[in-house]
Order: sequence, then C-alpha cells, then structure tokens
Amino acid sequence: MSKIQATFERLQAQGRKALIPFITAGDPGPELTVPLMHTLVEAGADIIELGVPFSDPMADGPTIQRASERALAKGVSLRQVLGMVANFRADNNETPVVLMGYANPIEAMGVDKFAAAAFDAGVDGVLVVDYPPEESVEFAKAMQANALDPIFLLAPTSNDERIALVAQLASGYVYYVSLKGVTGSAKLDVEAVAAHIPEIRAAVGVPVGVGFGIRDAATAGAIARISDAVVVGSRIIEEIEKSSKDDVCANVNAVITELRRGVDEATKV
Amino acid sequence: MTTQPYNLPDARGHFGPYGGIFVAETLIPALAELKDAYAAAQRDPQFVAEFEYELKHYVGRPSPIYHAKRLSEEAGGAQIYLKREDLNHTGAHKVNNCIGQAILARRMGKKRVIAETGAGQHGVATATVAARYGMECVVYMGSEDVRRQAANVYRMKLLGATVVPVESGSKTLKDALNEAMRDWVTNISSTFYIIGTVAGPHPYPMMVRDFQSVIGNEAIPQMQELCGRQPDAVIACVGGGSNAMGIFYPYIPHEDVRLIGVEAAGEGIATGHHAASLTAGHPGVLHGNRTYLLQDENGQIIETHSISAGLDYPGVGPEHAWLKDSGRAEYATITDAEALQAFHTLCRTEGIIPALESSHAIAHALKLAPTLPKDKILLVNLSGRGDKDMHTVAEKSGITL
Repeated sequence: MSKIQATFERLQAQGRKALIPFITAGDPGPELTVPLMHTLVEAGADIIELGVPFSDPMADGPTIQRASERALAKGVSLRQVLGMVANFRADNNETPVVLMGYANPIEAMGVDKFAAAAFDAGVDGVLVVDYPPEESVEFAKAMQANALDPIFLLAPTSNDERIALVAQLASGYVYYVSLKGVTGSAKLDVEAVAAHIPEIRAAVGVPVGVGFGIRDAATAGAIARISDAVVVGSRIIEEIEKSSKDDVCANVNAVITELRRGVDEATKV
Repeated sequence: MTTQPYNLPDARGHFGPYGGIFVAETLIPALAELKDAYAAAQRDPQFVAEFEYELKHYVGRPSPIYHAKRLSEEAGGAQIYLKREDLNHTGAHKVNNCIGQAILARRMGKKRVIAETGAGQHGVATATVAARYGMECVVYMGSEDVRRQAANVYRMKLLGATVVPVESGSKTLKDALNEAMRDWVTNISSTFYIIGTVAGPHPYPMMVRDFQSVIGNEAIPQMQELCGRQPDAVIACVGGGSNAMGIFYPYIPHEDVRLIGVEAAGEGIATGHHAASLTAGHPGVLHGNRTYLLQDENGQIIETHSISAGLDYPGVGPEHAWLKDSGRAEYATITDAEALQAFHTLCRTEGIIPALESSHAIAHALKLAPTLPKDKILLVNLSGRGDKDMHTVAEKSGITL
C-alpha cells in the first residue's frame, strides 16, 4: 500500500480529513525548505505538496509565480528538490510528499530517470500541472512502476468523460480545483464544490482533495466537511513572503495550526 | 522523405512527437469547445466566404509576388521573388490569422478577445480586428516591451484596446503569453484567446496555419503565372513560425521545392544570445505544446535575444519541429548584423523597407542566391514592412531620430 493511501485510510479510521499544505521548494531559500517541511508536519499537515520551481508557471497565480522566481534566483533545480526530500526523509519517514510542478524540468531530466530518482529520494506522488490524462499514459506507467502515485487535477468544467479518463490513471488522490482561474484566486463557492464531489469520488475510486481559493480556517472547515482533503497553497506562500528568515517557520506554523483547527472542528463527530 | 499524403496533425494535435495539448485541466474544456467550433466553421461555406471576403476587401489580398530584379542582380545568381505580405492592411501577415480567429470568436458568441504580444505587431493586428468587429480587446504585453515599443502601445490604444503591462518573469513575450492564458482560464465563458502564432495547445497550431496558408495558396498559381513553374526554394523567417507555415504548408506536397526556415542567430549561436530554438534548442513542453525549446540543463526556459522582437521567442511551432525532424524543411540561421545588412540592401535596391523579421529571410536568400545559377528561383516571404523598426535601425546606425 502506498504511503498516501495508508495516510487516507488512517485518517478515515479516525474520522478526520487530510490537510495538505503546498510550499515551493527553495522559497525563500533552499536551506529553509526542509525546516519548513518539518514545521508543516508539526503544525498538523498530513501530506506535503512540494512545488518544483519553473520559469513559466502558466497555471499559477502571481503569488506562486513569485515563489518560483525566488527559488530560481537561488538556482534551485529539480535535482536539488529531490535532495531536499531525501534530507526531509532522514527525520520523517511517515508523511507523504507529493511533488507538484510542470512537465519541462521532468522531461529535461528524462521521465524514467526522474521516476527512479524520485523514488530513491522518498517522494510518494507526482502532480504535473500541464500533463492532462490524455498525454500522461506513459508517464503514469513510469510513476507506478516506481511506486509513485500519479496525481491528477479535475475542475468544475471536467465532464464525465474526463473524470473517467482520470479514473483510469490516478492513484493516491485526485486534486479537485475548486474554481475557474489560477492558484490564489479569491472566490470560492463551497456549495458549488459540494455538488460535484460525490460523483467525482464515486467515479475515481480514490480520495478527493480540494484546493484553489482556501484562505482561512472557516473555508478549510467547510471544504473538509464535503471532501477528503483540504489543499492550501497561496495563503502559506503569502506568509512566507512577508516573513523574515528567523520567523518564517513560526509564522507558517501559526497559519497551519489555525487551518488544522478549522478542519478538525468542522469534522468533529 | 515521406511519400505518404501529409495529413498532420492527428486528432489530438500531434505532429509526430510534437504538438499535443499540455495545459492544466481547467483549460481543457475551452480547447475542446474551440476545436469543435473551428471544425464546424471550416465546413460552413458561409464562414469560409466571410473569411475570404474580409481578406479581399479589408486586408487587400491577394498580395502580389514581385520579382526583385535589382536585388537578384546584386546577389548575383538565382532570381529572388518576394511574396508581398508587407502590403497587407496593418503591414504584415499577422492580420490574416486575426481575422480568421475574430470571426470564429463572433460565431462562438464571445464578445471579448485577448492576445499576447511581443513587439506589438500581433497586438496591433488583434486590436485592429477587434475594432472592426466591435469587440472588447485586452492585450497582454511584457512591461519591458511596453517601454521599448511605445508607438505600438499607442496604436493599440487608438484602436480601442486595453494594454496590460506584465511584470512577471522576464517581462517579455513569453510572460505576456503566460498572463493571457491566466486571463483566459479565469474568463473562459466570455473570452476568446487569439494566439498570434502556430504554437500553443491544439487546435491553435493547426488553426493558425490554416488561416495563414492563404499565403502559400496564393503563391502557387501566382508563381505558375509569373514563371511558368514553382520556385526551387521557399524561404521564410521563423520565430513562432506562422508566416513560414503559411507559405510552407501548401508547398509540402511539392517535393521538388526546398522549404527553408530562417531563425534568429542574434549575436551568434556560439554567444548564447539568440532565439534559434530549432537549431540550438531541445524538445520540451512549454505553452501547451511539445516542441524545440531554448532551455537550460534543468529544463528552465532561458531568455532569448534577437534584434527583431517578432523572432525573440524561446519556442517554435510544433509543426516546424516535425518538418525539421522529418527532413521536409531545413532551418538556417541569420545574425542580427546579417539581417540589418539585408534590411539596408533591400531598401536601397528595391525601394522596399522590410521588417527586421523578414530581413532574416532576405539575408538568407542573399547568401543562397550566389551559390545557384541565374535560372534558379527563390521565393521569399516578405512577411512585414519595416516602418515599425525605424527606431531600432536608426539606433544601430548611431542615429537619434
């Protein structure tokens, strides 16, 4: 059983929902990524989504693009990101790590070489934003051959046919993008999201995480009630952006703790 | 070389290993809607008739082919003919595609069009057709380019467009493209994204090629009439590659005609300051398609350089990637200095001021012609006029306007 699947099964047995924070590897500096990952876990993260910086993050909003730019300015490469995961694994062998990024850095390394290196580093899942399922058949095979879960996006605009395509390839969980637009967008309609989740969950057969537009404990709680996992990205990046190197871990800890409280209170039986 | 009939792309937009649809799930339905709408429009005689009417009466097509005799004499060898896309309304081939996409947008009920632009030529062409059809128009342009191309920014505003300066990344064309994609994904139901070149996710590379192929479709009978035969080579500059695809595509089955794309070598390929994706790049994924890209060893897209803003792009249309690999087309490079020299030569010998982009194609013709006998024929796509480049050329010559 994959670490991601085991995490969801454990949470389900406890009647809890997963909290999945996103940070960009190397932001604000490569030396802070592993400490930040441990901070996320201490404050209540169940799974970590670790962004691989890319020069042209087309599907992201300005906040995450700036995080990518800060990391690239420090020369952070995919190879180094894998090194960070390996370092994290030295002290934490439980929390699943999902790499999230764009196709080109992976293709530059070579998909098979990447898959083997990611497995060796202790990565559990990979989400390539610009690999829709129809371009991902070989990629998903390469991931699963190396015990990595290929994670896919679904959107409010995805029809039954597309949900079925994702269902054929996805393992671990699927990431439901809760609104039209890019990461960090403002509006989120919880009821509209709630209307889609049951059919998606039934079709894909893996847990459904929801992200895009989740900024506070109340929204996190509302989303937790209707899904299996709450994904938060831009809100955390903003906190990193306005913190100094000395207080960034403490500030991120406070944000995650608050989101965790929102998720747990909303789903308490 | 293939003797199979050429019928690319496949149903999912692939040209061999290139092309495809590499976008986030949020954009997929919009691309599917576009693909269906375009397929229906292509089959609709009314759509085809309106496109042709607009090209004739608004753009001024067909554009002539002109035998540049004095230029040919100066080169001393093969005869050079020019396909005069510089004579189109707005001064370049870009408008052909913008009209096609704008009337498709109207057919789809979209009242707002957006575009990305580098130097501003595609932005001006988009703003022009938006004014013509009464549509709201927003143009994304890197803030660095806004600063360098003030005249085109003003032109777009005169035409009623809103120009949005993009501050992210390198603040140039590729960042403008990222920002336009973000606008599109956020405003999908109301908005049509008019991409200016044969790149991006399927169906854009195919659709833009189809709209631009009016260039080659006119050239074939025109050459027959003028010379009684087809040229020995067709030469066009390649940035994203839309003017080159427009003239190459109808010539693909004419296997005796060499197809030569000319990329920007900038300050020289060895300096790293260039925009020659096919010549010096490696396959990868950017802006929705797989193609040759200028990237570093970690797969990050690198900044490009060319004296001509229209060629200053780190990728290239996927069909060019395929034509290169399959051997049907060949790709050469021309430096900034060579392009500038060709610019001056054409001005002086023919009284035609070419765009700096097109000057790359002229420069290659001037290199190739002397190696060939006088009865050989080179057809150069003169994709645009050079009025927009006065400032750049004067500056390079040490003159302040």
